Amino acid sequence: MGRESHADLSKTVIAMHDIVKKFGDFVANDGINLTVHKGEVHAILGENGAGKSTLMNVLYGLYHPTSGYIEVNGNKVSIDSPEKAIELGIGMVHQHFMLVQPFTVTENIILGMEPVKGLTVDLNSAREQVIELSKRYGLQVDPDAKIEDISVGMQQRVEILKVLYRGADILILDEPTASLTPQEIGELIEIIGHLTKDGKSIILITHKLKEIKASADYCTIIRQGKYIQTVNVAEVNEDQLAAMMVGRDVTFKVDKKEQEPGDEALVVKNLHGKDYRNVEILKGLDITVRKGEIVGLAGVDGNGQTELVEIITGLRKGTEGSVRIHGKEVFGATPREIFEAGITSIPADRQKHGLVLEFSVADNLILQNFGEEEFSRHGILKRDAIQKKATELIEKFDIRPRGSENKPAGHLSGGNQQKVIIAREITNDSELLIAVNPTRGLDVGAIEYVHKYLVEQRNKGKAVLLVSFELDEIMSLSDEIKVIFDGKIMGSVAGRDADENELGLMMAGGGAHE
Amino acid sequence: MSNTKDKSTNSFGTKVLQGNLLYTLISIAVGFIVGAILLQVAGISAGAAYGKLITGVFGKPKFIVWSIVYASPIILTGLSVAFSFQTGVFNIGAEGQYVVGTLAACVVGVFLKVPAIIHIPLCLIAAALAGGLWSMIVAVLKVKRGINEVLSFIMFNWIAYYLSNYAVNIPALHTDGNSEATKDIMDTAKMMITNESLQEVMGSGASYNILVAILAAVVIAFILNRTTLGYKLKAVGFNRHAAEYGGINSNREILTAMSISGALAGMGGACQLMGMGMRISQFSAQESFGFQGITVALIGSTNPIGCIFAGLFYGAMKYGGTKLSLVNAPSEIVNIIMGTIIFFIAISHVFKRLLLSRAGKKEAKGEGGTK
Repeated sequence: MGRESHADLSKTVIAMHDIVKKFGDFVANDGINLTVHKGEVHAILGENGAGKSTLMNVLYGLYHPTSGYIEVNGNKVSIDSPEKAIELGIGMVHQHFMLVQPFTVTENIILGMEPVKGLTVDLNSAREQVIELSKRYGLQVDPDAKIEDISVGMQQRVEILKVLYRGADILILDEPTASLTPQEIGELIEIIGHLTKDGKSIILITHKLKEIKASADYCTIIRQGKYIQTVNVAEVNEDQLAAMMVGRDVTFKVDKKEQEPGDEALVVKNLHGKDYRNVEILKGLDITVRKGEIVGLAGVDGNGQTELVEIITGLRKGTEGSVRIHGKEVFGATPREIFEAGITSIPADRQKHGLVLEFSVADNLILQNFGEEEFSRHGILKRDAIQKKATELIEKFDIRPRGSENKPAGHLSGGNQQKVIIAREITNDSELLIAVNPTRGLDVGAIEYVHKYLVEQRNKGKAVLLVSFELDEIMSLSDEIKVIFDGKIMGSVAGRDADENELGLMMAGGGAHE
Repeated sequence: MSNTKDKSTNSFGTKVLQGNLLYTLISIAVGFIVGAILLQVAGISAGAAYGKLITGVFGKPKFIVWSIVYASPIILTGLSVAFSFQTGVFNIGAEGQYVVGTLAACVVGVFLKVPAIIHIPLCLIAAALAGGLWSMIVAVLKVKRGINEVLSFIMFNWIAYYLSNYAVNIPALHTDGNSEATKDIMDTAKMMITNESLQEVMGSGASYNILVAILAAVVIAFILNRTTLGYKLKAVGFNRHAAEYGGINSNREILTAMSISGALAGMGGACQLMGMGMRISQFSAQESFGFQGITVALIGSTNPIGCIFAGLFYGAMKYGGTKLSLVNAPSEIVNIIMGTIIFFIAISHVFKRLLLSRAGKKEAKGEGGTK
């Protein structure tokens, strides 16, 4: 792939031997080995719930292994707390950022390790240190900006700086690209290059095969808690990696038969709306989705996608315009009325809108349907029917672990939470589906499933609006691609003619087609 | 065989460790230990004081009955607070709803002349409506104007307090006697056990108001777990955004939840009036039945059925506490014990972690050994 490896195979920094971690009867890690060298990027690949996070939590001192041992720089160590891990030079950047929103970048980076002058925090020297670190590794940040004002990409760089500031030589990045735009992903990969060049080692937890190919030297594959193998990334292709992870061959190409789109299912005209800060973010947007087609909405996060979907589904009030679903005007209607007009949606923020985390999986599966005859009568819930439905959907959608009907949804892994939502929305089966980042955080097996499903819906003559930050996803599924920029549609391309560079240009506001 | 047996006890062990009951019991034990230390420091024999507490509650059947009578109103205020917690609001206004509930029951109890079979339910309904309405005003302010319910609840507690003192002095309601209180409610509005042979065992002041509390707890448990109403209320309570996404009108559910919570506290007031007080006296300070409901809700892990047991415990402590002066121990020690218990329940996740991680380590060691 032309990337330069900085791995020094003579120096082993991390060696995890035969790690077993059990939770009660459940074996999350079953004899896993991992060896990481200095300057190496080592990817850990596995499906949702395969045990990647457990393994990393063992390394970071959050869990104690049931058996097995760890060596750091050749010494056998017992890592019993994150403090100990940090002391040993291990740092972790979590998938969900842990930053104090009203604090500045500098304040966040030094939090807990503030340099002091007398009785006060020496912010000036801290700021210098931050600037120095950020220059050294090409991690562009504004040291004085508040976290709440900066982009997700910059927040992640702050997290990485936080770890570097604490003197980490081994960085664990947990799903680092989950919320980044394609541009930001490119930048991250560059940063990883700078870090390894300086002798840092990176452990990369990811589902994304393309990123593994682009940035990793070695890849360890875990399947259902078991160690499968460690491969030299240069010697395998994406299909092979996917097959090793899932345990069978995976097809990325989706069969899409040619078909003519039918009636208009969703017509949005001249839509205006404000974001949470009360700033106008939608500035007269038009979009139409017809039956039997998938319209992909591409764009960089923050250009109005979230607000567009929230207004369509009734969660947010627009200021002006028209939204028609199957010919019925629903602008300003309640979420219930809109749901009943014939729309299902897979929301962008699964923990905020998609699930009640404290509710059981079974209760989450009936979030819109609890009032229907199947699940309740005269206001009394039919517990048996709800339970039966849950068991059926858990089986059908491969929600893991099995038997989690009565477990709180918050106890499932992110990918399995997403499956719960998808299971519910698919069952609702309406004529118009809006999916926002439907595969975010899912593994390839699950992604394949979701993609197949979206195309299936289209083939059945249903209308699909796909909003995604994954350009690949948009390009492989859409019949028509619209690009949103600054609250308006910048341009529109037929799916089969789409070109990544052209789309990228439009996403940045250039090359308008209209 | 032995292996599978091990597993089942093991999972039972972790279940106990992950549930709430164990930590509540630990907290109660710690509360009594702290109380004992303070008593000893003050030069009072903890053994004598606790002995008195126990005989004061269990010594005679009528003591037990009285403890239960004491418990009934706070089971209801506890239910009120527990219900509010389950539905995502904090009803710190149970005190005020309790007071207006008492007042409404008193008015209906004093002025209406109907047979008991109608009179008692009418008083309870009046109290529930008054408490519910009192809470609903706060709910409307929250939903329509975004005013934090904790602030308005506290203000409404004081409004209720002075409203009650004002009402006591209205000539029509004021007693003809000398005391600063209302007239007594009609006999038909009293929830008293009148059967003489029962009275002989239970004492003359025995009330069956506990039945109202238990019935309410069962109904609330049913609503929360088995009805679409409970489903909606809890969904809004846990995650308003997801509830709205699911088509639930969250504002309406908040209004419903807060009204039901207020109605429960109002019924607590009626139970106190109709089973113990028989009249409302001029207050010199807030009576705190509503605030004690917070304690009951927390000890009961915000579970409706748990509130019955927590309320009985608190009722017994309150009743037993009144007898502590007989052994020269201050009855306030009961408040210290209850306060300590709440403190430890509030930090119980610390014990939980400690015990779970220790159990985890032991398990790891055990398995490592057999390998």
